[in-house]
Amino acid sequence: MTTIPVEALLRKKEHFERGADRRALEDPRAELLALEAQGELVVQKMDREAMAMTTKYGREKRIQKSHLWHHKSCGQCGHIPGYSTSIFWVMRKLGYDYHDPQDQTSCTAWNYYASATSNAAAQAAVAVRNFAAAEQTGYFPLIHCGTSYGHYKEVREELIRHPELRAEVRGIMARLGKQLVLPEEIIHYSEWFFALRHEIAAKQVRDVSNVVVTVHPACHYYKLVEGDALYDPEIYGGQRTAVVTGLAQALGAEVRSYSTWFDCCGFGFRHILVQRDFTRSFATLRKIEVMKEEADPDVVLTHDTGCVTTLDKSQFAAKAHDRNVGVAVLSDAQFAALAMGAHPYKVCQLHWHSADYRPLLEKMGIDHEQAWAEFQADIKRLESGEKRYLDWDDVDS
Amino acid sequence: MTQPDAAYKARDVTGYADVPAETKEHLFEQVKADPRYADYLYGCYECGICVAVCPSARFYDFSPRRIAQAAAREDVDLIYQQMQEDIWECSQCFSCVRCPRGNNPGGIITIMREVAINNGLASAKEALVGYSRIIYKIMSTGTQVSPDMLQQDAFPDWGPETADVSANLDLWRRALPPETLHTTSTGWKVADSTLIELYLIWLHTGALDMISGVDPSLHAILQEVMEERLEEEGIEP
Repeated sequence: MTTIPVEALLRKKEHFERGADRRALEDPRAELLALEAQGELVVQKMDREAMAMTTKYGREKRIQKSHLWHHKSCGQCGHIPGYSTSIFWVMRKLGYDYHDPQDQTSCTAWNYYASATSNAAAQAAVAVRNFAAAEQTGYFPLIHCGTSYGHYKEVREELIRHPELRAEVRGIMARLGKQLVLPEEIIHYSEWFFALRHEIAAKQVRDVSNVVVTVHPACHYYKLVEGDALYDPEIYGGQRTAVVTGLAQALGAEVRSYSTWFDCCGFGFRHILVQRDFTRSFATLRKIEVMKEEADPDVVLTHDTGCVTTLDKSQFAAKAHDRNVGVAVLSDAQFAALAMGAHPYKVCQLHWHSADYRPLLEKMGIDHEQAWAEFQADIKRLESGEKRYLDWDDVDS
Repeated sequence: MTQPDAAYKARDVTGYADVPAETKEHLFEQVKADPRYADYLYGCYECGICVAVCPSARFYDFSPRRIAQAAAREDVDLIYQQMQEDIWECSQCFSCVRCPRGNNPGGIITIMREVAINNGLASAKEALVGYSRIIYKIMSTGTQVSPDMLQQDAFPDWGPETADVSANLDLWRRALPPETLHTTSTGWKVADSTLIELYLIWLHTGALDMISGVDPSLHAILQEVMEERLEEEGIEP
């Protein structure tokens, strides 16, 4: 029998030893504050009323209610504008002030995960530039996109772990006249909706108790740096993220589960743009058809740019092949806005969607033909030159 | 050195020429040199959880477990083959971080892709065919997708609504209540000063130069756009 020396075994394992400094960060906020005390970076603190929520492993995470800097999403603003508009509209209806900045770029992570034509320093610098811009206004950042949220949490971990990266980013920021700024918490808009779900429900004017909902939780929300996502023991027994589902339940909708809830939507970053056969197949075969068969929903609710795009746009081609598809896809923000009385076209901009949402509107008691006529009347005002743009007063008239 | 058992996809069908072992080792050294690499790999139980949750594994000959194992074994033949054949199939959803060992195969792939881009590998050039205008858009305007990309010839499988959006684009954008969304060629209105700061980031982090090997024309166009804009502002690139 051959005896392998212990030293040889340990030497082989050495490469994989997990040192204390390589474990997942338990409290990134505390790490940031420690680095700030050492003069390594600046932490933007919340300075308005905040709601205390709980993350996956029990850490308290506060969600500031007002005075928020909206970090927009390029996919939402570009292709699903009713998504962003609904977020703003709900916040306005609840009476919370916000800032919609022009001094903001995309997080650029969609491109990074699609093409890798960037690097850790560039990605961190883009993130920090946006955070520094927010800090200069005094408004606290609220991230609209799930991928921006997940990527910024990755960037935060990298900046905490790697002093050489901090030094490089500090140097770049100095050239821009900015500091290395990170917010004390990275907050996704769906966390704000979850934290304020009872205030939202208190303003509800449309009954959704007859609406059946399935929820697609976004991978980059709860898988990427998973410890920071919100969980609640009352929702799925704390075994799945509580956002989206908690909001739908607070509004009185019936949320049904389905077996492939953990699967991604099939977005794939590069696939949705240049390899859509994969995206369409995955979205329909592993998500929409499974939901239809197991839960028969009126609407799929999700909370990320790519997921709404993928699940909504992938159904048209599948329908041509007589697949079991055909269910409306909305963001949680659009659903909440509709429940609060938002106009389906002027606010939620459902005419940008592909999957048929009209049966859902009918279930919610909305006359979509009349609503479309109202929207067309507004479009005529633009065409005639009566107005150059519609504004917030127009959408509530 | 070529290990026969490393070729789970026969080299004669991959379409990529073999390269000397030193080249493969050099590529892997670049992967390992990334500061994030040590945070992404801790070994492998071979449990297969990452494969079970991987969307790409369902539709391609792709396995996040093989990625983690090849990296752990430092099997440079297999790693090179994966850089030419596999890495662009990953969906970057990071479902694989469910790994009980704490591995991040998706993260390892992010780094492998960066190295493939930096070294102008054939797989990187092939993966980016048809993708150039997206890179142009994000690097030059600061937003990735724009309303005017919604053309039916580009997205015929997204249904007739795409044609409606395209036909009514200007009016429908002007009907949006948030002032920042009245744009058609960018997702929202990005301030000029913000764009200049973004250009400086691309130039000073080497991100712009990364594409010189995979798409020299795009690199030249972007460099000109950025340097001209900075010159107008009197800023040294």
